[in-house]
Amino acid sequence: MLDTFDPRLDADFPAVDPAILRARLEPILPAGGFLTRLEAIRPYESDGLPAYRALPAAVALPETVEQVAAVLKACRDLGVPVVARGAGTGLSGGALPFPGGVLLVMSKFSRILGIDPLAMTARVQPGVRNLSVSEAAAPHGLFYAPDPSSQLACSIGGNVAENAGGVHCLKYGLTVHNVLSAQVVTLDGEILTLGGPASDAAGYDLMALFTGSEGLLGVVTEVLLRLQPLPETTRLILAAFDDVGRAAGAVASIMAAGVVPAGLEMMDGPALRAAEDFAGAGYPRDAAAILLCEIDGQDEDVAEEIERVSALLRESGATEVRVARDEAERRRFWAGRKGAFPAMGRLAPDYYCIDGTIPRKSLPFVLAEMGRLAEVHGLGVANVFHAGDGNLHPLILYDANLEGDLEKAEALGGAILELCVSVGGSITGEHGVGREKINQMCVQFTPAEVNAFHALKAAFDPRGLLNPGKAIPTLARCAEYGGMHVHKGALPFAHLERF
Amino acid sequence: MPTSNGSDADLTSALAEAVRGAAADRTPLEIRGGGTHAGMGRPVSGTPLEMGGHRGVVAYDPAELVLTARAGTPLSEIEALLAEHGQMLAFEPPRLGSGGTLGGAVATGLSGPRRPFTGAVRDYVLGARILNGQGEVLRFGGTVFKNVAGFDAFRLMAGAHGTLGVLLDVSLRVVPRPAVEAARVLDLPSGAALQQVADLMRRPLPLSGTFHDGQSLHLRLSGGRAGVQAAITRIGGEAADPADWEAVRDLTHPVLTRGEGLWRIALPRTGPAGEFADLPWDQGGGVRWLAAETPPAQAWDQAAALGGHIERVRGTAGSAFQPLPPALLALHRRIKAALDPDGLFNPGRMYAEV
Repeated sequence: MLDTFDPRLDADFPAVDPAILRARLEPILPAGGFLTRLEAIRPYESDGLPAYRALPAAVALPETVEQVAAVLKACRDLGVPVVARGAGTGLSGGALPFPGGVLLVMSKFSRILGIDPLAMTARVQPGVRNLSVSEAAAPHGLFYAPDPSSQLACSIGGNVAENAGGVHCLKYGLTVHNVLSAQVVTLDGEILTLGGPASDAAGYDLMALFTGSEGLLGVVTEVLLRLQPLPETTRLILAAFDDVGRAAGAVASIMAAGVVPAGLEMMDGPALRAAEDFAGAGYPRDAAAILLCEIDGQDEDVAEEIERVSALLRESGATEVRVARDEAERRRFWAGRKGAFPAMGRLAPDYYCIDGTIPRKSLPFVLAEMGRLAEVHGLGVANVFHAGDGNLHPLILYDANLEGDLEKAEALGGAILELCVSVGGSITGEHGVGREKINQMCVQFTPAEVNAFHALKAAFDPRGLLNPGKAIPTLARCAEYGGMHVHKGALPFAHLERF
Repeated sequence: MPTSNGSDADLTSALAEAVRGAAADRTPLEIRGGGTHAGMGRPVSGTPLEMGGHRGVVAYDPAELVLTARAGTPLSEIEALLAEHGQMLAFEPPRLGSGGTLGGAVATGLSGPRRPFTGAVRDYVLGARILNGQGEVLRFGGTVFKNVAGFDAFRLMAGAHGTLGVLLDVSLRVVPRPAVEAARVLDLPSGAALQQVADLMRRPLPLSGTFHDGQSLHLRLSGGRAGVQAAITRIGGEAADPADWEAVRDLTHPVLTRGEGLWRIALPRTGPAGEFADLPWDQGGGVRWLAAETPPAQAWDQAAALGGHIERVRGTAGSAFQPLPPALLALHRRIKAALDPDGLFNPGRMYAEV
C-alpha cells in the first residue's frame, strides 16, 4: 500500500511548528477558512480512492485568488508542502493530503462567471461542478463536452488538473481539447494567465502542459472553457456478442470504416450482468459482451450511420443489435453503463478500478492475458471499457476484510498496467497517476524521461512543495521498485544505489 | 509497412551524436527541415542540424487512426498515404512551399482553416520522441488517444519552433476524410459575414472553413451527404470548388500574397477587431491576415489589448512573435533551461531570451 509517504523514496520536509503555520495562514483566510481540529479535517483525509488516507496539518479554504496566492507564498516561505483539492472525486489519490502539509481546498470557488453564447465559451471558477456547465449552456443550445462518470460531483479545477475524459471524448476530446485559458497561481504566489481567448497563444503551449499536471505546477483559479453546439440528434445502438473477442473485432471494424461514434463502450459478461441487476438497463444477461455505440449529428446522417454501424455489427458476429427506440430507452442503456462501478457491490464487497489504455488492435490479446493474470492472482475481474479509444477499466473484485486480499488486488492491478505498457499503451488514460500508480510510472518512463518531468516541475516549483510524492516518482523510488520488477531480464536503474 | 520512396533512414544515432558534440563544445544548433516555414521565426545563428534525411513512416495502421513518422518525412508523402486510406490530418497544416516536413509542421504549430472546427496541431499529437540538450532520446506520450501519465511534454513541442528539443518522430491521431465536401461563396461584406458565421458556428452544422477575402464570404462544408446538403440549403450562396480552399490553407490566396510579408493576427473570434476589422479573415474571424512588410508599430499593443497576438508567417522584417509579459517570459526561460540547459536548440528563434 502506498497510503503512507516514505521520506526516503518520496519527499521529506522538516515539520513546521503548528503555531507558526496558524499565525501565517489564519489572518490571510476568511473566518472559518483555516481548519486544524481533527473532526474538521478528517473529511479531507482521502479523495475518491479511500484506501489511501493521510491527515494534513491544516486545511485552508480560500475565497479569492489573492488569498490563494497569499497561502501559497506563505507555504513557500515556511517550506510547507501544499496539496490542492477540488471536489475530491479523483480515483488516483491525487488529492491525498501530504502528512503535515497544507490542503488547499478550492470548493468556495463555485461560481459560473459567465456564458458567452456567441463566442461559445464559459468562464468558470474551478470549484464549479462539471455537469452544471452543460446545464448552464443548454438554454443556448451548447454543451461542455468532457463528461467523466463523476460529472455530477467533480469540479472543473480537478478536471483540468487530471485532464479528465469521459464516454464522449472519442469524438469531442479530453479536457485539454476543451480548455482555452486558465488563470493559475504558482507557489511563488504569481498569478499567470495560460492560453487565451484567441487561438494558439503566443509562446509555448503552457495551457497544454498545465492540463493534466495533477496539481504539481500550480493551482487553477479560473478557467475559460470551450462549448460546442448540441447535436441535432443522438441515437444509441446496443449490440450483444457471445464472445468478447468478436466484440473487440466489431470495435475495430467500426473505427476502420471511418465512423466517429460519439461514444463506443464495451462491457463484458460479469460487468453487464451486475449493471443489469443494479440498474435494470435492459441488457441481454446471457451475452459475453455488449457494445454501446452512440451516433450524433444531423438527423439524416445519423439515420444513415445507424444503418451502417448496425450492418457492421451484424457482420462482426453480433447476436443481437438493438437501436434504442426513444430517449427514455437510450437513457436506460446508458444508466447501466454509468452505474457499472456502484453495481460492482453486488459481485464483491470491494473493487479496485484500473485505468490502462492500449492500442485497440491489442484488445483481444490483452483481454485473454488479463483473464490469465486474474486466475494466477486468484481474483475475479469485471471489464468496462471506453472501447473506441482503447481505455480499459478492469474492476478487480476483492474483499478488504479477507487477510491479504487487498495486496492481491494491488498486485494484479500492477500486473495489468504493466501489460498495457508492454503492448504500447499507458498506465492511465484518464484517472491520473496520483499516488496510486506512482510505481508504475517507473515502468512506462526511463530515468532520463523522469528527470525531464522533474526539471519541468522545477521550472514552476523549484522547491518541490506542490503535491509532493505524486504523479512523478523519484529515481530512488524507481530504483527500489525496479528491484522488484525485472523487465526483459534487465534490471532498470542499475546505476542507482538500492535501499 | 508503408514507407517513403526508397530513401527512408533512421538517423537517430547520428543526430544524437551531433547534439552531444554540440553540447560538448557549447555550439548552438539550427534545426532545419524543409525550410518552408523559415519566415515564421527570428534568425538563428548555429551549426545547421539537417533533419531531412531522418525520414519515413514508422507505423501506420488505418484501423487505429494513428500514424507515426520521422520528423524529416515530407508532409506531402504523409498526406498522400493517408488519402490512400481515406484519412487525413485534421489540423490541415498549411504548406508554405514544397518540401515541408512533418517535424516542421509540428514545430511551427500552424493549423489550417479547419482549426476552429477540428482543433490545432497540438490536439492531434499523441506522442513524440525527442533529443534533449544532452543528446538523450526521450519519449513522451505514446500512440494511444488517452494517456495522462506524465506531463504532456509532447504537446509542448507543437509550436515551440524546435527550441525545446530535436523532434525525432511524432505520433499523430488521424481522422477519416469526410464523405462529402462542398464550398459556397456569399456576397457579404466583412461585418455582416462575421455575424452570419458566428450564428452558423453555434449550430451543429458541418462547417469546415470560413474565410473572408475582403469582398466575399467563402464557406466550406465537410461531412455526411445529407448534412452537407441540408447546410447548403440553409446557407444559400453560390457553389464553388472545394479545391479552391488549398489557397486559403497554404496562404497563397491573392489577398494574402500582395505584401512583402504576411502576419497572422489571432483575436477572440467574436470580440471587437479594432484597427484589424477591415483585414481578410479566416477561422470565423479568429485569424486576421495582414499582408504587409511589417505591422504598424502600435499593432502589437492593440492586438494584446483586444486579447490577441501577432506572429509573422512570411517575411523577414520586424519582430516575429508577440512579446510575452515578463512573468511568462521568465517561465519560458526556466522551461527552456529544463529541457535544453545549454541553450543549444534554435536559440533566439522565438524570443531573444529562449
